[in-house]
Amino acid sequence: MYQYNEIDQTLVDERVAQFRDQTKRFLAGKLTEDQFRPLRLMNGLYLQTHAPMLRISIPYGLLASRQLRMLAHIARTYDKGYAHFTTRQNIQFNWPKLERVPDILADLATVQMHAIQTSGNCIRNITSDPLAGIAPDELEDPRPYCEIIRQWATLHPEFAFLPRKFKIAVSGASNDRAATQVHDIGLYLIESEHGEIGFEVLVGGGLGRTPVIGQVIRPFLEKKHLLSYLEAILRIYNLLGRRDNKYKARIKIAVRETGLDRFRELVECEWEKIRDGMEIDPARFENMRQYFALPNYDHKAATEANPDSRRDRNPAFQTWLKYNTAEHKIAGYRAVYLSLKAPDSPPGDVTESQLDAVADLADRYSFGRVRSTHRQNLVLADVRRSDLFELWGKLVALKLATPNIGTLTDIICCPGLDFCSLANAGSIGIAAEINKMFNNLDYIHDLGDIKINMSGCMNGCAHQSVGHIGILGVDKKGVEWYQITLGGSSDNYAAIGERLGPAVAKDQVVETLAGILDVFTELRLEDEPFLDMVRRTGLQPFKDRIYAVN
Amino acid sequence: MRLIKNREIIEDHWVHIADDPIPLEGCISVSTARWKAEREDLLARDGELGLRISPEDPIEDFAGDLKHFQLIGLEFPTFTDGRLFSVAAMLRRHYHYKGEIRALGGFIRDQIFFLSRVGVNSFEMKDTSDLEEALSALDDFSVRYQTASDNG
Repeated sequence: MYQYNEIDQTLVDERVAQFRDQTKRFLAGKLTEDQFRPLRLMNGLYLQTHAPMLRISIPYGLLASRQLRMLAHIARTYDKGYAHFTTRQNIQFNWPKLERVPDILADLATVQMHAIQTSGNCIRNITSDPLAGIAPDELEDPRPYCEIIRQWATLHPEFAFLPRKFKIAVSGASNDRAATQVHDIGLYLIESEHGEIGFEVLVGGGLGRTPVIGQVIRPFLEKKHLLSYLEAILRIYNLLGRRDNKYKARIKIAVRETGLDRFRELVECEWEKIRDGMEIDPARFENMRQYFALPNYDHKAATEANPDSRRDRNPAFQTWLKYNTAEHKIAGYRAVYLSLKAPDSPPGDVTESQLDAVADLADRYSFGRVRSTHRQNLVLADVRRSDLFELWGKLVALKLATPNIGTLTDIICCPGLDFCSLANAGSIGIAAEINKMFNNLDYIHDLGDIKINMSGCMNGCAHQSVGHIGILGVDKKGVEWYQITLGGSSDNYAAIGERLGPAVAKDQVVETLAGILDVFTELRLEDEPFLDMVRRTGLQPFKDRIYAVN
Repeated sequence: MRLIKNREIIEDHWVHIADDPIPLEGCISVSTARWKAEREDLLARDGELGLRISPEDPIEDFAGDLKHFQLIGLEFPTFTDGRLFSVAAMLRRHYHYKGEIRALGGFIRDQIFFLSRVGVNSFEMKDTSDLEEALSALDDFSVRYQTASDNG
């Protein structure tokens, strides 16, 4: 993975010093709350319902074991012993004290981590495929490009006060696992007809109040122009994006109001002026690729007898193997998902002792590396097939082996009303109810691939509008209600979910979900996935069932 | 008044004219509206001329006139409006403007480093009580990742 050089380290250290000074000036009354707000947000710090919330950046979701141990230390020392992974592959702490935040940042800097641009109206963490580098369906590892973009975006002097937040994702595989199309800029690594690898560039995607699927602004961009093209888009957006209404300030609205063709014209005209001066040297790409070189796999792993001993025929192990591991491009290895969706804990949460234990497991089984996923789980990407049984046993003991990846209970969930000052409704409680109601693993496995995304407000941190089943908490005169959508998706065929009907009361959410699943099991054709069925039948059969009953 | 220019605290003599009559001499700046309305009079006078622009002023409207201005003043309505950061970058990089670019209005000390990187070389603070401290903001960071107006 990328290792800081002196420049990277100095920048992060100086950012800590700057933020320490800003915090000091705020506490001394020299910065007003209005002035401090954007400054602290640009360093991931929110003032929340109970305490400040600090969001820490995990560039494209890649962590070293020593960084995990540092996160465990922070959870223990400055927080209440746990943390929460987010859909931007970041991690957040919900109970730090404002005056200790500079110390937390200083601790993070010792392991090449920071909280820069994890919030605020600036370029946020660059996200990517959690299986980057090892997925069999990959054209090229996107992470070197993510890191080049990360460096360019970090403390970019021109783009720190954008109209609104700005999110970029890069995917290099034929199956999109990075929700690329719902980003302000989405980049797909593709091969041109001449065999050259470059980027397809999408613009104007985004979730939140007005979910929009990104559109192609440039079908093929040569790699050397990556940064100049991004800069041109950002500059046009910075100048054009609306500043009179924060709900209309994202680039998706600027693209819609300007029209894609006109927007493209403006971008390309700007790009013409800057691209020659900003070409990326092939040596820089090569140098960056070396940081993401594959680890030293044991070639003997490929020829090891397929483990079919009695031990490995254990049905619980087999189930876990099926749901929580994924194919690896190197024979003899698999990627292992660590489910952060145990039935009795909030989705995406992890304790300090789990963080430490995962760091040890990463060192023992996966070359000391861990990845976070946008669905709020973790991945050990390089586990030898013959180690899987042993690893499974250890994960079971840590409650990280719930075999539910990609199933009904692998819910994306925001912190909701329990923690977040923006939220209108609870989400963690509903997730707990869903887990209580649907506790039969065989039933869940029969249902197959179903993605539930649930947010406690319109801001849509949990991407509810692209959930196969989306649940959105809303406030109606002080009472929590839930709007349900069906048919959303953030994969290659991205789609915004369609509203099922009027919002349902809090105590009706799980029952409604059960009704939806009943319709599905009755009408699905053989092993048809949920999303396929919704696309085939439309919402009518679901509406008939849910609203006829009421 | 005292302000920061080219990394020094100096006594400055520019006068920012609002609706008052145009003085015949001295360094003055005017809004884009007055420039449009009184162009000939402004060009006929002695003394240096500056143009104050807001984020609403399209750069194309005055780009052709840059040779007349020794100073471009960026009037920040609030510090969170970042459009003028791009305008400054474009003035330096696309129009090769070599005169003074001055931050005015609602910007804050914590933006001085970024502003200097996009080509702003003078800073007229609303609060001039601690310019020494504000001057140190130019060195908030000793390293940078991007090519910008300061290292392009």
